[in-house]
Amino acid sequence: MTESATAPLVELLEISKSYPGVLANDDVSLSIRSGEVHCLLGENGAGKSTLVGILSGLVRQDSGRIRIDGRVVSIDSPRTALAHGIGTVYQHSTLIPELTVLENLMLGDTRRLRLDVNGAAARLAELAAQLAVEIHPDEKAVDLALGRQQQVEIIKALWRGSRVLVLDEPTSMLTPQAFSELERVVGRLKEQGQGIVFITHKLHEALSLGDRISVLRHGRLVGELGNDALESTPVDDLRSEIIRMMFGEEAPVASDAPELQEDIEHVEQEHDRRAKVGKDTVLELDDVSAPGQGTELGIEHVTLRLGLQEILGVAGVDGNGQRALAEVVAGQRRPSSGAIRLYEAPITHLSVHARQKLGLRYVTDDRLGEGTVPPLSVSLNLFLKRIGQRPFWRFGRLQRRAVDRKAAELVSEFDVRTPSVATRVGTLSGGNIQKVMLARELSFDPKVVVFNKPTYGLDLKTTTSVRNTIRELADGGGAALVISTDLDELIEICDRIAVLSRGRLAGIVENGPGVAERIGSLMVGDDVEAAA
Amino acid sequence: MTDTQLPIEKPLRQPRFQDTGLRWGSRMADVLIRSIVPVVLALVAGGILLAALGVNPWTFYSDVWKYGVSDGNWQQSAVTMVPLLLIAVGLIVVFRANLWNLGYNGQFALAAACVAGFGPSLVKDLPLWFADVLLFLLAAGVGAGWAFLPGFLKARYGTNEIITTLMMTFIGIDLADYLIKGPFQDPAIQTPQTEAIPFEKLLPPIPGTSIDVSLLVAFTAVIVVHYVLTRTAFGLRLHVLGANPKAANHVGIKLPQLTIAAFLASGALIGMAAAAFVLSPFWGYVRADQIPTYGDSIIPFVFLARLNAVAVVPFVAFYAVLSTGGDFAASQANLPTDFLLVLVALILLFMTIIEYLGRQRELGASYVPKGLTQALRLPLRRRPAEAK
Repeated sequence: MTESATAPLVELLEISKSYPGVLANDDVSLSIRSGEVHCLLGENGAGKSTLVGILSGLVRQDSGRIRIDGRVVSIDSPRTALAHGIGTVYQHSTLIPELTVLENLMLGDTRRLRLDVNGAAARLAELAAQLAVEIHPDEKAVDLALGRQQQVEIIKALWRGSRVLVLDEPTSMLTPQAFSELERVVGRLKEQGQGIVFITHKLHEALSLGDRISVLRHGRLVGELGNDALESTPVDDLRSEIIRMMFGEEAPVASDAPELQEDIEHVEQEHDRRAKVGKDTVLELDDVSAPGQGTELGIEHVTLRLGLQEILGVAGVDGNGQRALAEVVAGQRRPSSGAIRLYEAPITHLSVHARQKLGLRYVTDDRLGEGTVPPLSVSLNLFLKRIGQRPFWRFGRLQRRAVDRKAAELVSEFDVRTPSVATRVGTLSGGNIQKVMLARELSFDPKVVVFNKPTYGLDLKTTTSVRNTIRELADGGGAALVISTDLDELIEICDRIAVLSRGRLAGIVENGPGVAERIGSLMVGDDVEAAA
Repeated sequence: MTDTQLPIEKPLRQPRFQDTGLRWGSRMADVLIRSIVPVVLALVAGGILLAALGVNPWTFYSDVWKYGVSDGNWQQSAVTMVPLLLIAVGLIVVFRANLWNLGYNGQFALAAACVAGFGPSLVKDLPLWFADVLLFLLAAGVGAGWAFLPGFLKARYGTNEIITTLMMTFIGIDLADYLIKGPFQDPAIQTPQTEAIPFEKLLPPIPGTSIDVSLLVAFTAVIVVHYVLTRTAFGLRLHVLGANPKAANHVGIKLPQLTIAAFLASGALIGMAAAAFVLSPFWGYVRADQIPTYGDSIIPFVFLARLNAVAVVPFVAFYAVLSTGGDFAASQANLPTDFLLVLVALILLFMTIIEYLGRQRELGASYVPKGLTQALRLPLRRRPAEAK
């Protein structure tokens, strides 16, 4: 499969797209070939999603052309994209939970008035065989594991005979097992001549899957590595080459590299730190159960303790009780039984507000839906948890100057990129909203902080800075409970890692060599003796 | 990979404390379009309707002006404004928090019945100013009391307040009728009404006008409510609850207390509207089954004013003129006075349409992903020809 052997299926030529204040794509040219996995690599905000949007018809480019089979076409809607044979699997599930797999698949198909159930079932069987996956047509989408749901999404994208499959950050929600399954499916599709665009910000995925890697940075295509280069260069050289592309020529001397270097040192220091960590208990959950909400499970009989200066991770597949755990600790959800203690004082019946005053904070994973009020300004969002308190309110009256001054301080301390503290939070990027929330929770004497998916959807740089913030909190005499579906993240920052599975604590393991495998087996539930 | 400096990474400007004038200007334009255009369209559509009914729209509208504004008639419109304004701010307080007190008619009727029932004896025995203050407080208490139960149910059990407030309205109106026909019935007459408070014991006029002092009460209420909503912790809590209830819970706002407080404030203001209505120089008594339902006509204007207590004043003034002048104009033109309701309904209709269009347009500025906005806009755009 050399570069000249196959004519490109789809070519993007000099694509540019700008949003107010941001050049999302700047003169990007790419080609997608049959039987090739083309990885688009870049940080969040590098323009990957915009490019996907343009390919899938959700976004129109400002300039540039798209050529399919050598013919210039205009993709003005998702429907046209499908008609041109471009199927897209979006980052977040588009399946309707209450419908069956087959019903979900038939939804997009409006060619006929009557539902062709038998035809659809046959098509599903055909595609499932092609991917070598097993999918039961009558199972409800909600009952499928995330990896399986993704396979349904892939089938949905291929339903109308797509020749190009776009996978937008397909691994962000997957367990290690599901990832290898996905790898296999991608391999099958490749063999069958499918062109695949694989979007990711994880370098190792790009290296293991890609036949061609294009690196985007600030909306520009900063480098492309073809199949030959990928095969002939040693992996370590490739890695540093790509990192240089992602972070720019000056990377070894400029801002990012020292940070990465620091990271490595941090990991080495971790061991020293761990020795003194966790002697005094700061937060204790004693046989706590709490109800679930909707499709999310609650928690049952969870017992755990968090020590001073400790970072305790909670691993598990999304929806296994993570939110219930976080909300029970924060005080947003009443436990049905059990006791919660902060510094050995019972707080089970204290309100959210009272717990905040005691230094218990919660960084929610639902940034726009719960963590902030999008139409309110950055400065008011920074003070949402202190409404009515001096010196920012006096006799119930808002002291706008005091609020704005302190907000400006926090904005610069936490490096929130916002045009002004008066800007509406809803207009900021996910990473900056996360920083606003961190600034709010980690100011005014935090002691124990619950982080729910603290780096979900953030770019590498912000992720690094968030993780450092968590470490600083723990080092500075606080403690952190970090709930995350990203196992690598937990292994990187945590002292111990608990595994939550179907609402129960499957076990707690000390971080160390071989921890990933132990957690993996706890997640699937075949490591009972590890349960402490 | 030569040039790495792109706008996205450029250090952003230092935080500034105001948005630019341009954005403010365009926001004002937006507000004007959304608020004024529906009214104008409704007047135009109403005019077409009038023409279809064989009435000259010009004559009709100029009659409205003549009887509602000129020759001192504006003073009568101003008196009409008072209860409308108080109800409007009473609704704004709860609507801001995304709570729906639709029980205004019941709260108003019950408070009106109580003021009319206790008024005659109070004004007889006490100094007038003291009696008036007491009656306003009584009305506020009754209104708040009637709003308490739905607020409590909402706060405690999450019961849908739209349903409970509407139900409480039926009970409130019937209870008011019962009180008027029973304990508060004027024994001297047959008609089911309360004893009339003598004219000289009603609210005194503002010197030099025939407008009673309750207009000052109403304006004070407008200013106080606006201040509380925009400058105080209570107002911000209401705003947070209205904009994002999950966030309100997350940040530790005590939702039950806040919900009940909002309902009580709303009911109290609506109760005061009833006191202003009964004690205005036109009345002094209420009759069973004839207590007005002002809230119904005022609701569209509350939304047109974007739940802003100050912005609602011109709308209420507009409606007061339309209502005062329209009654005469309609009878001049041989139309039923219900024609005014048609106009109000038209305003609602156009408001909804403009709101729908405006919301589509504003999506970009809100928190909906940009890609989705584009997709939503696509069907509205002319399809460019296929590039060659």
